[in-house]
Amino acid sequence: MLDNPHPAQIVRDPPPKGSGETAPRLTLSGISKSFPGVRALHNVSLSLYPGQVTALIGENGAGKSTLVKIMTGIYQPDEGAITIDGQTVTLPSAHAAFGHGVTAIHQETVLFDDLTVAENIFLGHAPRTRFGTIDWRTMRKNAREVLDTMHAGHIDADVRLKDLGIANKHLVAVARAMSIDARIVIMDEPTAALSMKEIEELFLLIEFLKSEGKAILFISHKFDEIYRIADRYTVFRDGEMVGEGLIKDAGQSQIVRMMVGRSVDHIFPQRKAEIGAPVLSVSGLSHPTEFNDIGFELHKGEILGFYGLVGAGRSEVMQAISGITRTSGGTITLDGKVIVPKSAADSIEAGIVYVPEERGKQGVVIGLPIFQNVSLPSLKRTSKSGLLRLAEEFSLARSYTERLDLRASSLSQDVGTLSGGNQQKIVIAKWLATAPKVIILDEPTKGIDIGSKAAVHGFMAELVAQGLSVIMVSSELPEILGMSDRVVVMREGLIAAVYDNKGLDAETLVRTAAGIAA
Amino acid sequence: MTDIPAPRRIPDRLDKPLSSAIFSWEALLVVVAIAIFAINSFASPYFLDPYSLSDLTFNFTEKGLIAFAMALLIISGEIDLSVAAIIALASTMMGMAVQAGAGTPVLVLIGIVVGLGCGAFNGLLVTRLGLPSIVVTIGTMSLFRGTAFIILGDQAYKGYPESFAFFGQGYVWWVVSFELVLFLVAAVVYWFLLHRTSFGRRVFAIGNNPVAAQFSGVRVGRIKFILFCLTGLMSGIASVLITSRLGSTRPSIAQGYELEVITMVVLGGVSILGGAGSIVGVVLAAFIMGLVTFGLGLLNVPGIVMSIFIGLLLIIVIALPIVWRRLRGGR
Amino acid sequence: MKAFLKHREIWLLAAIVVLIGLISTRFPAFADPGNLRQVFNDTSILMILALGQMVIILTRSIDLSMASNLCFTGMVVAMLNAAHPAIPIPLLIVIALAVGLVLGAINGLLVWRLNIPSIVVTLGTLTIYRGATFVLSGGAWVNADKMSPEFIGFQRAAFLGIPVLSWIAILVIGLFFVVMTRTALGRSIYAIGVNPTASVYAGIDVGRTKFLVFCISGMIGGLCGYLWISRYVIASVEVANGYELNIIAACVIGGISIAGGIGSVGGAVLGALFLGIISNALPVINISPFWQMAISGSAIILAVVLNARGERQQGRIILRKAEAA
Repeated sequence: MLDNPHPAQIVRDPPPKGSGETAPRLTLSGISKSFPGVRALHNVSLSLYPGQVTALIGENGAGKSTLVKIMTGIYQPDEGAITIDGQTVTLPSAHAAFGHGVTAIHQETVLFDDLTVAENIFLGHAPRTRFGTIDWRTMRKNAREVLDTMHAGHIDADVRLKDLGIANKHLVAVARAMSIDARIVIMDEPTAALSMKEIEELFLLIEFLKSEGKAILFISHKFDEIYRIADRYTVFRDGEMVGEGLIKDAGQSQIVRMMVGRSVDHIFPQRKAEIGAPVLSVSGLSHPTEFNDIGFELHKGEILGFYGLVGAGRSEVMQAISGITRTSGGTITLDGKVIVPKSAADSIEAGIVYVPEERGKQGVVIGLPIFQNVSLPSLKRTSKSGLLRLAEEFSLARSYTERLDLRASSLSQDVGTLSGGNQQKIVIAKWLATAPKVIILDEPTKGIDIGSKAAVHGFMAELVAQGLSVIMVSSELPEILGMSDRVVVMREGLIAAVYDNKGLDAETLVRTAAGIAA
Repeated sequence: MTDIPAPRRIPDRLDKPLSSAIFSWEALLVVVAIAIFAINSFASPYFLDPYSLSDLTFNFTEKGLIAFAMALLIISGEIDLSVAAIIALASTMMGMAVQAGAGTPVLVLIGIVVGLGCGAFNGLLVTRLGLPSIVVTIGTMSLFRGTAFIILGDQAYKGYPESFAFFGQGYVWWVVSFELVLFLVAAVVYWFLLHRTSFGRRVFAIGNNPVAAQFSGVRVGRIKFILFCLTGLMSGIASVLITSRLGSTRPSIAQGYELEVITMVVLGGVSILGGAGSIVGVVLAAFIMGLVTFGLGLLNVPGIVMSIFIGLLLIIVIALPIVWRRLRGGR
Repeated sequence: MKAFLKHREIWLLAAIVVLIGLISTRFPAFADPGNLRQVFNDTSILMILALGQMVIILTRSIDLSMASNLCFTGMVVAMLNAAHPAIPIPLLIVIALAVGLVLGAINGLLVWRLNIPSIVVTLGTLTIYRGATFVLSGGAWVNADKMSPEFIGFQRAAFLGIPVLSWIAILVIGLFFVVMTRTALGRSIYAIGVNPTASVYAGIDVGRTKFLVFCISGMIGGLCGYLWISRYVIASVEVANGYELNIIAACVIGGISIAGGIGSVGGAVLGALFLGIISNALPVINISPFWQMAISGSAIILAVVLNARGERQQGRIILRKAEAA
């Protein structure tokens, strides 16, 4: 682990007084958890109150996921006590946590696509007939009742989950929580993949859960959401609890300071726009189901932002340009030459690289060391007639990872042991090391900590200054507005508008993306 | 942002503690091999004779040749259960050629080409149609051996030319057989291919994360296809050796070899889930399996009982590090 | 999924009907109810085994040791019967189930407790169990004249005109159908195959469920040990050698996805029947039995190609016009 330059000082508000204050539903005290070589949590505490939402705030790697896994019985703490309704309990398994009324709704809603809504709600605690077999009729009836109480009667209990949208899947997850009479509901970044409208619906649902007296733990990176919905907050940093209190008493900058242990005003790098001739031009690019008639131009030294709601088809277009998926028509012209990439290998050779959004699945190769990850797309250059040259690989890896301010103990370390932010630096480094003409960054700062974000943004500015052209797909408005020269907005697989980023405001972008007339 | 330290120089590698070398898989295999060697030499006075030791090598050379290619295939996340059936089909084809009056060079060529062709067929089904290799090769296993049965029924081909006998029975120098030399050469070639070339690196990348490898410009399908071809090729070579050693072809030749080859690969420390493994480990595992079968053979232990030892060895060697880690972890 | 699955089984059923139809155009006796009953009876053991393998494959595992388990357990009951002919057959069946259960539990414990991939574990026990048969019997055979008439006759006795062996198969099929569609265990088995991570969060004990499915396949292997030995009236080390791959083949033809989570009782039964019909039909239509292996190999490849077509994922549907289409 890295040294923490700022030893944690616990900022604690005075304990709330008055008779209106209820006792906590769940208390974690003195929880510690270590993994080989990593101290994930050290002596942390957390309290959840009935009818209240507590926001758990911290950078990536602060220990939030570990804590959730301890609360849901997936991990066992090394030290510390868990108290539910004043009674000390142990949660040796997910089933035990379930039995104590703890349930979690996760980032990628972990439910079963091929099972029906009713089955998902009652998996593990289905009503039985006299013979001990599943009582399907009662199950469907109960499922409908639960959905009705949540004002979600529009969801058909017999439909398979994969036929529902993500927001409705969340409703099913909540219905599941209701059906086991969960008293403690953990929501781990539930809004990460939701559109604005869906987020609003989720908030209504959280209000409903509050009114039912559930104790809710809400984990999010987004401050506007936290201020909107939470009653309390707890801040983690580097596996330690560094502050807690009532949200109404805390300012945003105060919480950010606690999170990062330093004051960070995230300022996007200033850069002089020296936009040159078109480098990449795309016209009429189409796919049978994903996008249609996509056309745009990218200039030398330009950052072209791609904004849209999640699922608008932005990643799909980018993957087609970089040869990963096939198109049904259209042309891609790079430096005046028409290219037809049939694989990522083709597009990399041509000079277009795609840095994917799904870091773990598509980006890093966990199991291989850092230097081998970085050199993977450039193996042709670092090897000589098929023979590896380790010295070349190390020097390539070093030059790019050090420019990105990677924190690692050595270049032979397995990438799986790095934090999300540092993995993202590897992901960017590996494609950049191919010396491309065009780099496509898909959600380059999604789910990484503020420090790493700044490093990535600074680096992007450096790249375009050197004459590289960048396409940046992002769903974060500040990032789009702060970094792009021009912004393409996509909606439902089509280009809705292209804006010059001069005096462009967030509202215009959101309206265009959502298809709302001004 | 003054308090972020300036970029430091990240070292290439940290000095590995000695314990990591001591507890490596290869070290464990060496210890096991030495132990079995010692037990064998105490148990049987005939064991330490150079001619006995030379005979010993025939127990693993043919399977070992296939195991090298299989190791690469398993590291890439695929598997080939049809290798023994490829041996049967290639041997049958050679037998047919003998009936037609083919000479030794043609026979060898036929064995190798049939092996390569069968491997390419597996590779096409897996990479072009995107089918799971375990199922495809269960199918082609029946298809290849079934074809041998259709051609031969309960008959056998004999009458291979005398010069053909060299491959499976000949000696290059003193007690060093042609098969052993071929095994050692293949070991060096495959070690080089897996650990020293960009091809080998890509194989590891595919095994650990095929999607990320594809996004990184690795031609995943092409590499897997080549690996299936290599496995077929090695099976074809093994078929030449076995046919030459036995001097006859029956459709049931090399029955059950596929599981022994896979056992060898897994025992050698290759992860059955893909992404990890080494050729040195496979070589050691081949020696160990040869030692066990041969040592027990000298003690007149029947083959079927030997297989118990191989099975136990496989499970114990895999389980040992896990149990050891648990005990040390204090769980 | 369910509608789709039914689809797949209907296709397989149609293929079987067409196959029988084709054979009967030239050899009408083949489609005779009496003969079809015979085919069913001949295929009973494979059907039962395929069901045991199915629950394993559904949880993304594989059991290569089933045929060796069958061989070992068969030898145990045969030797028991030879030594103590007085032991009643139902008790022998219970013993077979128990021995099979122990062998399955060993696999299951290694998979559950030590987290060793099932293919490695059962590759090991495949050779161990068969080797143990040799140790147990000393390499000797137990043949018909050492077995009691009850031992041989039990499964041949007819009840309502159908042999007991077929009744056992029907009973096992019914039992599996209830377990897979009507019990929490069945749901858990599917859930683990579809999404193991999510199953953990749903409070399913993945390891323990895997242990249970290995116990099930072990018991099935044991039961078939008795059925096989009493049917072919010989117990030796060679019994069912290599048969583990036939069992898996029946599952694959029956549409059970090797990637787990997809498959049904009907599929496994039809897959086994398909293979059974081919092996019964070959002598009838005067094709050498040596063709059988190549034909089932081709059937496996064809089945997996067809199944993969159905499972192939289409791209996301984003465009409105595509959604409407």
